[in-house]
Amino acid sequence: MSDKTPILELQNVDKSFGPIDVLHNISLKVRAGEVLCLLGDNGAGKSTLIKTLAGVHKPTRGTILMDGQPVEFSGPRDAQEKGISTVHQFGGTFPLMSIGRSFFVGVEPTKGWGPFKVYDRKTANEIAVKAVQDFGITRIDDGDRLVGGLSGGERQSLAIARAVHFGARVLILDEPTAALGVKQAAHVLRIVNEAKRRGLAVVFITHQVMHAMAVGDHFAVLIRGAIAADFRRGEKTREEITDLMAGGETMADLEAQIETYMASHEGHPPPPAQ
Amino acid sequence: MNTTNSLPVSSVPSGGENIRATIGQLSRRPEAGSLLGLIAVFVFFAMIGGSVFLSSAGYASWLNIAAEIGLVALPVGLLMIAGEMDLSIGAIIPAASLTVAIISGHYGLPESVGISAGLGVGLLVGFFNGFIVNRTGVPSLIVTIGSMFGVMGLTLGFTVLIAGSTGVSLVPSPTAKAVLGEFIGGMFQVTIFWWVLFVAGFFYLLHISPVGNWIFALGGDKVSARNAGIPTERLTVGLYMLSGFSAAFVGVSQVFVYQSAQVLAGQSFIFNSIMCVVIGGVLLTGGAGSVVGIVFGTLTFAIVNQGVYFTGIDPNLGSVIIGALLLLAVMMNDRFRLMAMSYAAKKKR
Repeated sequence: MSDKTPILELQNVDKSFGPIDVLHNISLKVRAGEVLCLLGDNGAGKSTLIKTLAGVHKPTRGTILMDGQPVEFSGPRDAQEKGISTVHQFGGTFPLMSIGRSFFVGVEPTKGWGPFKVYDRKTANEIAVKAVQDFGITRIDDGDRLVGGLSGGERQSLAIARAVHFGARVLILDEPTAALGVKQAAHVLRIVNEAKRRGLAVVFITHQVMHAMAVGDHFAVLIRGAIAADFRRGEKTREEITDLMAGGETMADLEAQIETYMASHEGHPPPPAQ
Repeated sequence: MNTTNSLPVSSVPSGGENIRATIGQLSRRPEAGSLLGLIAVFVFFAMIGGSVFLSSAGYASWLNIAAEIGLVALPVGLLMIAGEMDLSIGAIIPAASLTVAIISGHYGLPESVGISAGLGVGLLVGFFNGFIVNRTGVPSLIVTIGSMFGVMGLTLGFTVLIAGSTGVSLVPSPTAKAVLGEFIGGMFQVTIFWWVLFVAGFFYLLHISPVGNWIFALGGDKVSARNAGIPTERLTVGLYMLSGFSAAFVGVSQVFVYQSAQVLAGQSFIFNSIMCVVIGGVLLTGGAGSVVGIVFGTLTFAIVNQGVYFTGIDPNLGSVIIGALLLLAVMMNDRFRLMAMSYAAKKKR
């Protein structure tokens, strides 16, 4: 598996905004049928990294390779056309639109000719429902339903199914499980597995270690804009990863600190760090 | 006994399911609330206003009003669905009227020139609105208030400068009068037919053509819409130009109906058109609405506006009724929107 050329690769990428270095010497690879989990606390540079992958930002230094060839994205549209699709939390779905309309927004199927093109509701609904059901969401069977009536997990699944349907090869999922309950999150994780099975390269951004461990093949922990650890499935335990994300300070140490503080301060927890 | 009983019993739930499904289907149409409102208002005034309200003169009185507001309410509604506002229509209407009246009335140039110039004014202001909204990112409410005052000032200034007064008269030719200013049967303005034509056009644009989907998406989530490849900026400019054009069309036809143009003729249209649109079930923040709803809202507004005169009620109370109606309509439409969202989820259980 590791001898396959990665679909998307970053080599020594730096990104700075003026004098501020946000990303520092980032090297990453993601192959077809593989899930790369990007873990990191808030402010670790995850969103800048996503935006660099998705063509919003250009790297200050370093190269991006697709299928082994260096590429430069002129913008998010360009990256999208090259097969990199970013799905934000509820991105690409419109609560007050029907599933069919939402699915095909911007690329509506039409019938008729010349200036009398007519939005083909039936075809749109059929394709949209089928695409979502193929991902195992059988509860969605009516393309006229409003997206706002779906659960968070279903909306996320709809957005992922949409990206895959329109030819994504690399799927960037930005905190897809962050606002979801346990069941809903499991839903989305199943979808991620299905995308992987279909041979997509998935970049899964999260700060929930459990979710990452459920689907990830490869993990990268981001701290202050640099990759602090890079390991494969099974090489580290959940506690080790959580500690890494907290910046090297182990959770056990933190707990001990808090306990001693509370003991000496009449049971009050310590004030938040400045 | 058991076998005969079991038949009707088992068929009842399936029948109930069907009825509930149909109601569900209806309730998720955005115009469901406004249709109920329209029926209620019509029945109310038919009972109190009596035979005069139901005579053709009665119909004419509110249909004429509905047609004029309706022509503006349609594009304002589309803009609102797209998440934008347009208040400048209140200034475009008199600006277009006076352009026609000055060019064809004061200077005596051909009416075709005057009409084209009048409509051109609308398109120009619309383009300006759309361009500024895109370029500056200032909320369209503010942008169009600004352009409203600008256009109003320019209209007043130029009219006084050229014609020496704030009103200009025009004697229309028979053809122009027949097309834009005729009273059919002595009471129905020809504008009503133009309105019907516009309704058909807007219905096609919003609900049948793929562009309609873009408008909903633009109002639903602008960033996602742009990411999905929708030309959001061109769409915004296009919608503002459509709104400017429609307002100018009302202004132009008013000249041929009333045979004169006044500087302050369009003010009432600003809030009235917004009210028609909101009563019609368009979501104020964008993303939802329908052309049929806007038509229902316009009719409801016009019936209340004119119906008061057919009753013994003090006409000033008409405004109170409209105010209450607006509040009620928005509350009801919110209710229906929630029902629409949860409808299919309930069907599953």
